[in-house]
Amino acid sequence: MPVTLLVGDGISIQPSCYSRLVNKWYCNDYLKDRHHDLTSALGQHLEITAWSLLLGVAIAFPLALLARRLPRLQGLIVGASTMIYTIPSLALFPFLVPFTGLSMKTVVIGLALYALTILVRSMLAGLLGVPDEVRESAIGLGYGRTRLLFRIELPLALPVMMAGLRVATVSTVALTTVGTLVSYGGLGNLIRDGVQNDFKAEILAASVLCVVLAVALDAVIVGCQWLATPWTHRRRVT
Amino acid sequence: MRTLRDSWDYLTTGANWGGSEGMWHLLVQQLLITFTALAVAMAIGLSIALWLGHLGRAGFLAVNVTNIGRAVPTFALLAILVTLNHPGTAELGPYGRAGLATLIALMLFALPPIFTNAYVAVREVAAPVKESAIGMGMTGSQRFWRVELPLAMPLVVSGVRLALVQVWATATIAALVAGPGLGTLITAGFYRTDYPKGIAAAFVVAVVAFVLEVGCALLERAVDPNRKGTATRLGPTRPRVTSGVGA
Repeated sequence: MPVTLLVGDGISIQPSCYSRLVNKWYCNDYLKDRHHDLTSALGQHLEITAWSLLLGVAIAFPLALLARRLPRLQGLIVGASTMIYTIPSLALFPFLVPFTGLSMKTVVIGLALYALTILVRSMLAGLLGVPDEVRESAIGLGYGRTRLLFRIELPLALPVMMAGLRVATVSTVALTTVGTLVSYGGLGNLIRDGVQNDFKAEILAASVLCVVLAVALDAVIVGCQWLATPWTHRRRVT
Repeated sequence: MRTLRDSWDYLTTGANWGGSEGMWHLLVQQLLITFTALAVAMAIGLSIALWLGHLGRAGFLAVNVTNIGRAVPTFALLAILVTLNHPGTAELGPYGRAGLATLIALMLFALPPIFTNAYVAVREVAAPVKESAIGMGMTGSQRFWRVELPLAMPLVVSGVRLALVQVWATATIAALVAGPGLGTLITAGFYRTDYPKGIAAAFVVAVVAFVLEVGCALLERAVDPNRKGTATRLGPTRPRVTSGVGA
């Protein structure tokens, strides 16, 4: 049905592609007119993801060290974090709300708990993967515990740890959208608004941005890893 | 603390469980959705993955499918499906409002873990075992059914288990786009600031997730041919595939 809107002087105006009458999935005008919505949602998305991952790493690292030091605790730590993982995210937020309220904290804590499972496992796997010979020769060379950890073990464990961080990052970006339940879902807020108002351009733009953000962060981590482990790609001198 | 006590009261009140809006109905509905989506994903994913694994081809596909699958939020996928004219939010028998959209989104979500694990499982059955099967004069289909599949079974089942728990968890998200399942109580609890209701439903969802996880773990042990008798492992070594998104 072609629609023209008649204004006072009789000039017809074409409705924009994101108006209710046209409602296209892809709409350049929407991207232009509402880019403030998109950038602020993207900013919130990034903020939530970053805090969740930071908190996740901050908790996972000591846990992984503890699990390695005390093999008896290993099963308990891995088992407990897996149990948290089975709780659906949408079900986890309600448990947190009585303590943290409807704030960004609720989402960040929930997502950090999810990232925790993946991070603890990969960190532990990385640390346990350091060959005993290497560790022993470092001790023989007079390395103390701290220096051994930071100079020898961590660099060697880095590839496995980074692989875990990549999985955790990509899934955290995707899961952040669910935070819209407590109104802190970054791009998820736009998606929910789009569903409620049948606003197609908004849904598609937010969804695509979400995937792009996940892929971009993944690429950033790969880049950081490349820079942090120069020995893996340095030309071999014969 | 009061909220938690109210949630407990909500759980222990019989009236909240019965009726068409009750928790039993929604629980059964969500289980139905979960298992239907899983069954379709298994029918498609397992047949292709096991076949490709038997042939030993297209390994890069298995890896890439999982990686892309992880980056696409199920919530976004659901939102797009619901907004389309088809499937939209149409009622679908016992699956409730937006039933078809939910089933499609969950099915797509279940495919990557099922596909990757099944492929890797068959692919990585120890080469000497495969060779001796050929040496014994087994045909391709005999090798697949009698040698590769039984040895691959534990890993195949662990992929299905991962998918089952994830699909169950993700099915709650359907409520964010006005879909079916127990998630409706969680979202309703939030939007009407009736937190005890939301927490009670969340508790039920978490308990079922845990029961499914434990049940599958037991099943996984039961189908492991290496568990009884032989000491050497002939099948592929365990966790090869890291878990994906637990939405």
